[in-house]
Amino acid sequence: MSAVSLQQSSAGGSQYRPVSTSQDRLANTAERPVDGAAVADDIVRLENVHKWFGDNHVLKGIDLRVKPGEIIAIIGQSGSGKSTALRCMDHLEHIDKGSVTVCGHTFGENIPKSDLKMLRQDVGIVFQSYNLFPHLTVERNITLALTSVKKMSRSQAQEIANTVLAQVGLQEKSRMYPEQLSGGQQQRVAIARSLAMGPKLMLFDEVTSALDPQLTGEVLRVIEKLAREGMTMVLVTHEMAFAMKVAHRIVYMYQGKIHEQGGPQMLRDPQTPELKQFLDNGL
Amino acid sequence: MNHEQLVFLLQGAWGTFLLSILTFIFASMTGLLIALLRVSANPIARGVAFTYIQAIQGTPLLVLMGVCFYGPTILGFTSVPALTAAVLALTIQSSAFLGEIWRGCIESVPKNQWEAAECLSLSRTQRMLMVILPQALRIAVPPTVGFMVQIVKNTSIASLVIGFAELSYNAKILNNATFQPFLYFGLAAVLYFIICYPLSRLSLKLERRLNVSRG
Repeated sequence: MSAVSLQQSSAGGSQYRPVSTSQDRLANTAERPVDGAAVADDIVRLENVHKWFGDNHVLKGIDLRVKPGEIIAIIGQSGSGKSTALRCMDHLEHIDKGSVTVCGHTFGENIPKSDLKMLRQDVGIVFQSYNLFPHLTVERNITLALTSVKKMSRSQAQEIANTVLAQVGLQEKSRMYPEQLSGGQQQRVAIARSLAMGPKLMLFDEVTSALDPQLTGEVLRVIEKLAREGMTMVLVTHEMAFAMKVAHRIVYMYQGKIHEQGGPQMLRDPQTPELKQFLDNGL
Repeated sequence: MNHEQLVFLLQGAWGTFLLSILTFIFASMTGLLIALLRVSANPIARGVAFTYIQAIQGTPLLVLMGVCFYGPTILGFTSVPALTAAVLALTIQSSAFLGEIWRGCIESVPKNQWEAAECLSLSRTQRMLMVILPQALRIAVPPTVGFMVQIVKNTSIASLVIGFAELSYNAKILNNATFQPFLYFGLAAVLYFIICYPLSRLSLKLERRLNVSRG
């Protein structure tokens, strides 16, 4: 995908036009069978997940399976529960009912501390607000968990930092502090920091929502590259054109439920009036 | 003013300096502990710290001084040296205030920093030590230095209750003997300034150093 089309997609929030994706779809995103019957090798399995914030029933029984190598885009209005669903996968929100299995770790309302630690090492998550540590250099942001959680030596950790920084194209910035970087660069560092832990699953929570169109493009290109390399990913996103291009499956959430899901073509041919209206209204 | 009077005044300044330094050290250690208890995951620890802060903040320093000086004697211990009692009272009082100031600083580090550290699998202690406290430190410098200057001035209460020879006390004695209030209290003011000014300078320097990441 060219930078131009990425920019258009993010700039024209209110005037989303489905773009033709047949010829520029990524090689490895060729339709693969998505059947719910596969069990053992699912990377993510949400079963009847419920979540309340006080009286607010934000997740009303979510069932979702993600297979290794699969890329899922979750779309929906603000308040539809899409970010909450994503955060439940990393136990940043504890669920109130149902069960979650992520990378082989199963948990319900609670999770033992040791399991949580393993889960967090298997799952990388990137946030809308980057959440880099402002008092540490780019390199130290990346090596912190490697040396203190994975108990690597400083030099080993630095090697990994160099590798992941190269992956996001920011090798030369390793000595800088986050605030000396642009938003897009900070977000790429955040992605690199997650990648350094060697995750089996990457979660992206509206990672481009704080960025202008140009910076959005550079971040999306990094994610696209990861997609090409076969990383399993779940993205909560407002970038419809991007979702259509990289995702194998799109999940539309509406009022705390999965309202419609299907292949990328679903965005061009919505089945439910809610999704149709959502797409017509842009964001 | 003769040589002896000047020396007497400087001795008072030394008393103030000593009391301040010892209080800084002990109050910082206790205050940090209080702040950490205050944000602890354990509700009992939080409750203990909260009660301590409420109780101490509601007690005048003058009363604390009296309790620390006369209390041990009443309980049957031999008398406590004035310096020890004064440091103890100032430490108890200052730790409650510093604890509360620092709790505020710790809590003002954005919650998403906790979250990011959590997602990288850092333990609670690691998160606190490597991610939160370094950021809280930067926020803490101005109010902490402000409070330390306050401590320097609070030391004068030590003489009121327990007759510890610090700067105000010695200035008062000199004034009583010579009836030159402007001279001695004026000199005392200058000496207080000389003790406090480096603190303010240090604060500026520290802030600048901690702000390197601001680009």
